[in-house]
Amino acid sequence: MERRTIFPGTAFPIFLVLPQLLLTVVFFLWPAGQAIWSSMTRADPFGIRTQFVGWENFQDLFTDPLYMDSIGRTVVFCTSVATLSMGVALLLAVCADREIRGRGWYRIMLIWPYAVAPAVAAVLWILLLHPQIGLVGRALNRHGVAWDYKLNSTQAMAVVIGASAWKQVSYNFIFFLAGLQSVPKAVIEAARMDGAKGWFRFRTVVLPLLMPTVFFLIVVNFVYAAFDTFGTIQALTQGGPGKSTETLVVKVFRDGLINLDVGGSSAQSVVLMFGVIMLTALQFRFLGKKSDE
Amino acid sequence: MATLVLDGLRKSFGKIPVLHGVDLSMPSGEMLVIVGASGCGKSTLLRLVAGLEEPTLGKIILDGVDVAARDPADRDIAMVFQNYALYPHMSVFDNMAYGLRIRDMPKAEIERRVTEAAGTLELSALLQRKPRQLSGGQRQRVAMGRAIVREPKLFLFDEPLSNLDATLRVTMRAEIRRLQRRMGVTSLFVTHDQVEAMTLGDRLLVLHKGQAVQLATPMEVFNRPANTYVAGFIGAPAMNLLPAKLAQNGRAAQLEIGPTIAFADGPRAGADGRELIVGIRPEHLHLDPAGFVLPVDLVEPLGSETVVIGKLENGQMLTIKLPCAGVSDTSLRVGISEQHLHVFDAQTGLRLEGGLSAVPSS
Ligand SMILES: Nc1ncnc2c1ncn2[C@@H]1O[C@H](COP(=O)(O)OP(=O)(O)OP(=O)(O)O)[C@@H](O)[C@H]1O
Ligand SMILES: [Mg+2]
Repeated sequence: MERRTIFPGTAFPIFLVLPQLLLTVVFFLWPAGQAIWSSMTRADPFGIRTQFVGWENFQDLFTDPLYMDSIGRTVVFCTSVATLSMGVALLLAVCADREIRGRGWYRIMLIWPYAVAPAVAAVLWILLLHPQIGLVGRALNRHGVAWDYKLNSTQAMAVVIGASAWKQVSYNFIFFLAGLQSVPKAVIEAARMDGAKGWFRFRTVVLPLLMPTVFFLIVVNFVYAAFDTFGTIQALTQGGPGKSTETLVVKVFRDGLINLDVGGSSAQSVVLMFGVIMLTALQFRFLGKKSDE
Repeated sequence: MATLVLDGLRKSFGKIPVLHGVDLSMPSGEMLVIVGASGCGKSTLLRLVAGLEEPTLGKIILDGVDVAARDPADRDIAMVFQNYALYPHMSVFDNMAYGLRIRDMPKAEIERRVTEAAGTLELSALLQRKPRQLSGGQRQRVAMGRAIVREPKLFLFDEPLSNLDATLRVTMRAEIRRLQRRMGVTSLFVTHDQVEAMTLGDRLLVLHKGQAVQLATPMEVFNRPANTYVAGFIGAPAMNLLPAKLAQNGRAAQLEIGPTIAFADGPRAGADGRELIVGIRPEHLHLDPAGFVLPVDLVEPLGSETVVIGKLENGQMLTIKLPCAGVSDTSLRVGISEQHLHVFDAQTGLRLEGGLSAVPSS
């Protein structure tokens, strides 16, 4: 059954769509167009004159070893965040899927981190991990571990990965739990009757049926880790020490707003924009596939 | 091939009791059919035996060993589910081979068993298909195949035919019976289909509200139902159950609807006036010019037979099955065949046998 209202004429429908169109133009198309335009310009050192340079900014970008480093770092960061947050979320979802007491509360608590703003979450992490004032940081130092994520680049990376993954666990948890609950109970019971136990049963029956969810979440987590973690990283390490936690989004910010290389930074954001577009297309394809079946 | 003994099997979900102590002893190779109304605990009983539910109390003795505490994986029991529960991501072959691979069976043996089962069940051409590419009947056969390749100690069937159309059901019913006989695997079969209940089993277990009310051969259950519940449940159309009083020194029943009928199989115990329920199957009522008048409510021609539902003045409904067509649809004169009466106590609902106990002298 189809229920839709058809408005007469053209003026009224346009009037109804206008606010949404306006929002899209003002907040997306306009800045995106500006970014594309400024990615093809270069300002003189004093910012007085800008000059059209075509693809030059992009050529510079892809021959810049620092940019290549940042791409590599981002790949490592994204892979780690996706793996960690999905792994933990799956484990928690499997636990929550069982008949346990108080699982209602357990589920609600697990969803909380998702609602915490990145800056607030970062402050909490600092309060835990700061080498001098943090609970965990102090304990580590007291026990002979030289802990200072503001100086040690490996530790810094671990901290931003951990904090970013933590925030995404809730989201993944919800999807994994829904996925687990849509695995027919009778199929699991059939596997039990066939003699399958524990991890083997999970690997051969549950996991294959969960694969659509896993693929979907891989895309979502990569998009999240690549573009949505700026707030967390900026608040925790500002991309440092050195460039050790400078992922692509952080680099856009640093080059554009701190080093004032607007053209180069715009070129980077245009590259990122294409990245997002491709990942989103991929995500839509998975979603479309899922609703087909 | 194993014996199965259930000893005082009880199950409660929380505070709600579902099974109130089921006792059962099955010889090796027997096919036992479990029937009962929806919600009486048939599936629960089967799932207890399977190990998918834990009994609250009681023993499940399989081949002399109490398996009540064992994981289903360690019981060597195969189950066919109502909705088949095939592994959606596996081919037909893998669905059947899964349980064998877990048991580390040699590849050649797995291949042999699956191919053989597929041959028997006419699945040979479908072995590489996924379940979603099969029809309902084919899925059902895969589910059967998955159970038989295991050659388990026990088969459990939970209404495996209820999702099939009528023709397919008849074919599969015969197929299941043939396979079970040939393999000689002890089996429990849950159904609420009358015909399956009568034709499929060596014995029939009638469950009512979590209690086993009768355990006997299908013919025995049909001919000598243990109480009014079984009497009304087995047989279609259902038996007429009429209130009556004992009369003539226990030699006859005075029906509330009028006629008094003598017992052909001997007197019943008790004083005259004892409240009874008399059961008469619809096929044991016949047209009789000297019989009582039955106003007709509904006529259902079934082709070879006609079922007439009548309504007497006191509101009592009466069903008659007549071996002819074209009966009057206003009123009939009906007689009762005395040889086929079933007599029950009105209070307890239990069957009262004729001639077994002495007639009280009063
Ligand atoms: N997991 C459960 N938790 C609580 N109650 C349950 C559970 N499973 C079954 N029951 C209850 O136990 C009773 C028996 O259920 P069961 O599934 O054994 O019935 P059944 O005889 O198989 O019925 P049907 O013919 O409809 O399949 C029902 O009243 C049901 O509500
Ligand atoms: Mg059931």
